[in-house]
Amino acid sequence: MSQELTCITCPIGCRLVVERTASAGGGRDPEGELSVSGNRCPRGAAYAREELLAPKRTVTATCRALASQGSRASQGQGSARRIPVRTTAPFPKERVGELLAAIYALEEPLPVARGRVLIRDALGLGIDVIATRSLG
Amino acid sequence: MEGTYDVAIIGAGVCGANIARRLSAYELDVALLDKEADVSFGVSKANSGIVHGGFHHNKKYLKARLEIQGAMMFDRLKAELDFPFVRCGIVVVALHEDEIRAVEQLYAQGVENGAIGIEMCSRERMLELEPSLSRDALGGLYAPGGGIVEPYRFVFSLVESAAKNGVRLLTGWEASGAIREGEAWSLRASDGRSLRARYVVNCAGLYADEVSRIFGAEDYAIKGRKGEYYLLDKLTRAKPGRVVFPVPTSVSKGMLIVPTVEGTVLLGPTASAIDDKGDAATTKEQLETILRSARNMIPDISETDVITSFAGIRSILGEDYYIDASAKVPGFIQVAGIQSPGLTASPAIGEYVKDLLKKAGLVLVEKADWDPCVAKLPRAKDLSPFELDALVAEDPAYGEIVCRCERVTEAEIVAAIRRGHTTLDGIKYFTRAQMGRCQGGFCTYKILKILMRETGMSWDRITKHGRESTVLRGEL
Amino acid sequence: MRELSFDAVVIGGGAAGMAAALELEARGHAVAIVEREERLGGILAQCVHNGFGLIEFDEELTGPEFAERFEEKVGARPIKVLCGCTVLSLEAEGQDKVVSCVSSAEGVIALRSRAVVLAMGCRERNRGNIRIPGSRPAGVYTAGLAQRLVNVEGYVPGKDVVIIGSGDIGLIMARRMSWIGCKVHAVVEILPYPSGLTRNIVQCLRDFGIPLYLSHLTTEIYGRDRVEGVEVAPIENGALMTAKAFRIPCDTVLLSVGLVPENELSRTAGVTINPMTSGPWADSSLMTSVSGVFACGNVLHVHDLVDFVVEESRRAGAFAAAWLAGARPGREVRVKAGSNVRYVAPARVEAGRDNKLYLRTMIVKNDALLEVKLDGKVLLSSKKNHVQPSEMITLKLGKAELAGAAELPDASIEISIL
Repeated sequence: MSQELTCITCPIGCRLVVERTASAGGGRDPEGELSVSGNRCPRGAAYAREELLAPKRTVTATCRALASQGSRASQGQGSARRIPVRTTAPFPKERVGELLAAIYALEEPLPVARGRVLIRDALGLGIDVIATRSLG
Repeated sequence: MEGTYDVAIIGAGVCGANIARRLSAYELDVALLDKEADVSFGVSKANSGIVHGGFHHNKKYLKARLEIQGAMMFDRLKAELDFPFVRCGIVVVALHEDEIRAVEQLYAQGVENGAIGIEMCSRERMLELEPSLSRDALGGLYAPGGGIVEPYRFVFSLVESAAKNGVRLLTGWEASGAIREGEAWSLRASDGRSLRARYVVNCAGLYADEVSRIFGAEDYAIKGRKGEYYLLDKLTRAKPGRVVFPVPTSVSKGMLIVPTVEGTVLLGPTASAIDDKGDAATTKEQLETILRSARNMIPDISETDVITSFAGIRSILGEDYYIDASAKVPGFIQVAGIQSPGLTASPAIGEYVKDLLKKAGLVLVEKADWDPCVAKLPRAKDLSPFELDALVAEDPAYGEIVCRCERVTEAEIVAAIRRGHTTLDGIKYFTRAQMGRCQGGFCTYKILKILMRETGMSWDRITKHGRESTVLRGEL
Repeated sequence: MRELSFDAVVIGGGAAGMAAALELEARGHAVAIVEREERLGGILAQCVHNGFGLIEFDEELTGPEFAERFEEKVGARPIKVLCGCTVLSLEAEGQDKVVSCVSSAEGVIALRSRAVVLAMGCRERNRGNIRIPGSRPAGVYTAGLAQRLVNVEGYVPGKDVVIIGSGDIGLIMARRMSWIGCKVHAVVEILPYPSGLTRNIVQCLRDFGIPLYLSHLTTEIYGRDRVEGVEVAPIENGALMTAKAFRIPCDTVLLSVGLVPENELSRTAGVTINPMTSGPWADSSLMTSVSGVFACGNVLHVHDLVDFVVEESRRAGAFAAAWLAGARPGREVRVKAGSNVRYVAPARVEAGRDNKLYLRTMIVKNDALLEVKLDGKVLLSSKKNHVQPSEMITLKLGKAELAGAAELPDASIEISIL
């Protein structure tokens, strides 16, 4: 069984074809179970392996800002209602939906400093969600 | 029941607004009704914005007589009200020998109509007046009395003046039923509201036929004729100093090049019959026609200068205007089929309808305290740095530039909202914010926030132009 | 009306303006930054996605983080920052430049300086610019406006979205809209290849199963009050196949159809504009046609990475500082865009020193060759693994390579992609 994907490690965008060898079972990654072709450099093979076995994405989003009394945000004009956030490392792709739900459920009081951890060890995966802008 | 009025005017376009303001000078209770969220949202919002030169139509037509009379009223209106108007003049350009013959006829008609200062031009004179014209120009006509006006600002200001003198404006008021009860009409709106009026003036533009039917008055059909336009950036190299007309054909005055009062350049309109009177969609074919035609006259016109395109719909009934008391029902005045030169004629239409109402028995007693003037709102783009600095000291909102392209301040946005313009389009027409080269890309979110703050409206009630045109669909 | 004096005034407080101001200050000049928004950072504040700073900071940051790091650098230096302050005009008065600007706090202020750096950035092309026919309902937004509404204001502009144009902002917004629970039905691109980065095609479209229609033109937007859909037709062998047109129902159209340097202020100040870039013509020191007025970042030409903006703006700041100190460019050689090259910025190099150039190609090609010729003679050629219009190409032309040019009168350099 083969699968096609586009490499994103550089702008060339090689079309990679990944073959799963017959003996493979269980989805672990003993070297050699996947054979990658179409890549112009070794990075393509590594990318294909990760993308097929354990795809990850850096998640960026925003969460609700709770304006504290008297802060600039409570005065309306020119102030943000959302705090931008990101994960501190690429996050397992299949759990991005759950992570987003957790971020959208946040209500963070202002002021907030850039880098403040808003969710520690998100979904128990060892990755934090931090604020990316100082506000309020 | 929203009260009893002496006169109810249906339709707050340029005719309804002029009539309302004219009637506001008398001891009368007047209601001005419009089905849209704001005034001037129908035919009056999208047209060439021209005060015509008095040479296009023969005096045998009512529209020609009203045009000539109306054109002369604009200087006084400008002094009293707050809208941009400049008598920049009009040229008609002949590009072929046989067009010169047609121009000669226009000249003769203009002289007959009493158009002041009208002259025939040689090629040399023409190119001296308008150096950007094509070298193919053979000559033409110059009518210095013609001018340019911002049509919606004209309507807004007329309505502001009328309201200041006691006229009641009811928007979102779509007439859906009428019965004659004794000496008055009882009117019902589609949302259930109602009012009574002794006289009704039908200025419903494209929908005057439907309104006439509701009142059991004359049966006629208004047809829509679409006109598409291109708007060019202020910095275009192809800006003429005067309105440039081609030689007219039997069906239309042709596609013009208009240096608008605000510095942009308007190209158009096309003319195509439409079945759906709400169909203001632009089409690729017609827009290409406009560019071709405009380049015949001014070759420097470039596609890269286009900032937007739009279409307006003319209301077509017959060759002439239909302005008269209904012969079928009492207390009902028809103002229908007002196509070009409707904007020019509109002040005279106000006067004419006032006289028709008087003839129909309405008693006109002048108000002792009628105030023809409205305050002129200072606009940042027209001010010197010193004037702007002084204004910011009085009102810091004049220091917040909301729309960078047209240099519109927060103070002007707030002024628009306080005058009742509470849709994005209403604010756009009043202030010009969102009308420039970025077309709202930078300022829309700022305007939304000011609108919510000033009116207390929640996000889901903000619309582009009323009805179902909601701008936002959710909140995070 | 107050007047303040500086050595240099920087117009625009985004990445470009901050980088230029820092360089000027570091060389001992009194500098002011004029910024119309409430806070420094420019458009980066709404670019909450990652992908910024790989070159500048050697780590992957989001837009707000990148902006705030520069904001802190500016805050740590004695640079006068005027926020909430919009420039009204720029005029030359003898040797001086006068920038007049307005804010609610200060009214109108005149800033007098000898040098000015233009760093106003760019704006999005809109529906009018690309002339999409149809009705004019609510629900048509540029991608950047939608980004602002979602990421900063917290509003959802629409639920069922079609994106016209495959520029990076549009692709980023496809993912953002998907992540906030909206449905993106299609991305429609007139060209046969995407305008955005491959990485964004994969992570912003394919991750969500969003179809990308290449070689398709949007022929109509329909809907009376709110958008009800778009009509799209394929382009085959250069011809629009109207018979194969189809409709995609949606309530929202986002436009990602390119950016234009915002030079209205420059034009009114008499700065000559290069029609290929829509930015000022600049000499080898990034000085415009008006002496003492420099330009950098997206107002000069549209970049694809903020890291490049910062690099170019630092040079502009340093050149402006040198100019203030009396330095003037030496012998300059004209640089022309040759085969398959849309433009080269700046369009001049100075023969006596190292020069850095940015260029944009017009073709998509693997194993391409970048060739630099001086009066027809090949000066330099280098292999490029891959070129495409959306990826800016950087080029260094050193003193050594240009040694021959100094002697030739009216020499010109031509850069081609083959």
